[in-house]
Amino acid sequence: MQVIKAENLSKRYVLGSRQPYSLREMLTGLFTSSDESERALWALRDVSFTVDEGETLGLIGHNGAGKSTLLKILSRITKPTTGTAAISGRVGSLLEVGTGFHAELSGRENIYLNGAILGMKRVEIEKKFDEIVAFSEIEAFLDTPVKHYSTGMYMRLAFSVAAHLDPEVLIVDEVLAVGDVGFQRKCLRKMRDVGESGRTVIFVSHDMQSIARLCRRAIWLKDGQLKSDGEAKHIVGEYLHEQSRTGAEKIWEDEMPGNEIVRLRAVRVRSESGELTSSTDIRRPVMIEMQYEVLESGRVLVPHVQFNNEQGTPIFIAHDWNDGWREREREAGVYTSVVTVPGNFLSEGTVFVTVGAATYRPHQIHFTERDAVTFNVIDSPDADAARGDFAGPMPGVVRPVLEWKTDRP
Amino acid sequence: MSAEFTNIKPGGSIASLDLGEIWKYRELLYFLTLRDIKIRYKQTLIGVAWAVLQPVLTTAIFTVIFSTFARFDTGNTPYALFALSGLIIWLFVHTSISLASTSFVNNTNLVTKVYFPRLIVPMAASLATLFDLLFGVGILVILMFYFGVVPTTQLVVAPLFIFIALILAVAFGTLFSALNVRFRDVKFALPFMLQVWMIASPIFYPVSLLSEKWRLVFALNPLTGILDGFRSALFGEPFDWQLIGVSAASLVVLTALSLLVFKKMEDKFADLI
Repeated sequence: MQVIKAENLSKRYVLGSRQPYSLREMLTGLFTSSDESERALWALRDVSFTVDEGETLGLIGHNGAGKSTLLKILSRITKPTTGTAAISGRVGSLLEVGTGFHAELSGRENIYLNGAILGMKRVEIEKKFDEIVAFSEIEAFLDTPVKHYSTGMYMRLAFSVAAHLDPEVLIVDEVLAVGDVGFQRKCLRKMRDVGESGRTVIFVSHDMQSIARLCRRAIWLKDGQLKSDGEAKHIVGEYLHEQSRTGAEKIWEDEMPGNEIVRLRAVRVRSESGELTSSTDIRRPVMIEMQYEVLESGRVLVPHVQFNNEQGTPIFIAHDWNDGWREREREAGVYTSVVTVPGNFLSEGTVFVTVGAATYRPHQIHFTERDAVTFNVIDSPDADAARGDFAGPMPGVVRPVLEWKTDRP
Repeated sequence: MSAEFTNIKPGGSIASLDLGEIWKYRELLYFLTLRDIKIRYKQTLIGVAWAVLQPVLTTAIFTVIFSTFARFDTGNTPYALFALSGLIIWLFVHTSISLASTSFVNNTNLVTKVYFPRLIVPMAASLATLFDLLFGVGILVILMFYFGVVPTTQLVVAPLFIFIALILAVAFGTLFSALNVRFRDVKFALPFMLQVWMIASPIFYPVSLLSEKWRLVFALNPLTGILDGFRSALFGEPFDWQLIGVSAASLVVLTALSLLVFKKMEDKFADLI
């Protein structure tokens, strides 16, 4: 069943409209609609989509791509310039944590106030009061003005109220980045529960990993327009691909890296089925392909790859040791070397691939091309990946699935 | 699935006032009013005493000046009582409009982060001021006892005039809250306008001071009818229905205009603020 139907939503902002007009203009403006076509900026342009009941939809895009504007329109904070949207069911929107919290009021008072602001009925708040307090872990400070709270306590309380909002359609904007790691985990789990309980969720985040993990489907907004709409993992991959300077393929037409012995022609990331890909499911293998031309016959060449993560940390280096070419001198010509990285090995995130070729005895490096290609490892919300049922952040540069054995003597 | 259904359409038209929506959000109105009352007194040194001191001191000053030097004729009513009865209504209207006028600017995050009928914000500011009026009424009762004024059955009508004053406060509070979002000079103009309005209203002088002809012109100021009616109800004097009628009609027109301006500007609040 369709819960949200947005048709051609557009929003135009008039730049500089904060400047007051004259009183006369304002009075005439009451009865006519003014023409403000000059200096207008379309924050959103002809965006149409539908969301089914129980779907968790991720919304991604650069800053200024129109994500916030779209959320504000769907939350009825601002009106579209043209276009319509229809939402069936009670809508709850969390564009900020702790909206309307007042520093002078106690935790208890703020729970009621914030609950009412988020659209909860008083009886509902009363019913969930104990749960909210327990979730926030601030029992002892319930009657202390929140101005005496630490940032962590404040955020926990604010998120707790929001987490107990019980709408049929939940609109969430990047509010998960609050509190300490432990609490973040708790929030992510809560978000996942909401999605799994059959409610409809629209979720905006800059964290592609949580989008890929929490959402089945994603929408990518670019310059106010809908760029693509589809399976979350796929869209996130596309987005990150565009984000990173290099992508799944790099071809050198001229100025090929290398020397008079060997030159690099191309590097590609391929899926196990052989297609070019910029993202891979954490459980699936990924292949790095190097194409190079040997110009001078009679040398032993060892291609190698190095994998670095987003922080620049080396994950590992691999050399082509175990192939028939290890001791064999090469004839001139074009070669293609492919290395396969197994599934359930790399950790989630963006991986930068550096490729090179060298000769040993005597040692000579022919070329090293830093961060030639990149790809994204997308973790899976399905339980057969290393993550299992855990929703929080998992540190580490690798994420293997290991064999466990538990005995009870 | 609940029966709730939201339709999102472009704004800009003068839509209906949608009182049903305000009713739906009545609990938010209650909590915002409660918040405004609590906060106002939590940060002050002597708290609620301000609500008592302000009318008492002003009355004392007025009494010294106007009953000693100007000698306004307030009939059978002692001047202090006359002045206080007018002042508590005026202070309510004045404070209410002043606070409401800054209500959106002071609640920016509410307007830009959540949806609710916007009218609730200035309404809460006005309702919170009603709390001060309670103290004013308390002092008035004490002073009536002191002067031995025995109320007649007309006293039951007095709350009606307080209610009309509330409508006036909400209407103008709403108007200036909206104007303040767009024209920040309202902040400077409003105190001056309120001062002129105070002098033009029969707060420290009786309506009887004016000639018959001018009375009705003055009645175009809704406060004239409200003050006169309130006093008549309190002190058992005959109501001047013509005066009250003109003020009421004027109030209806002004309220409609205020809400019209508000509705017209409301849709753009989140974009402007």
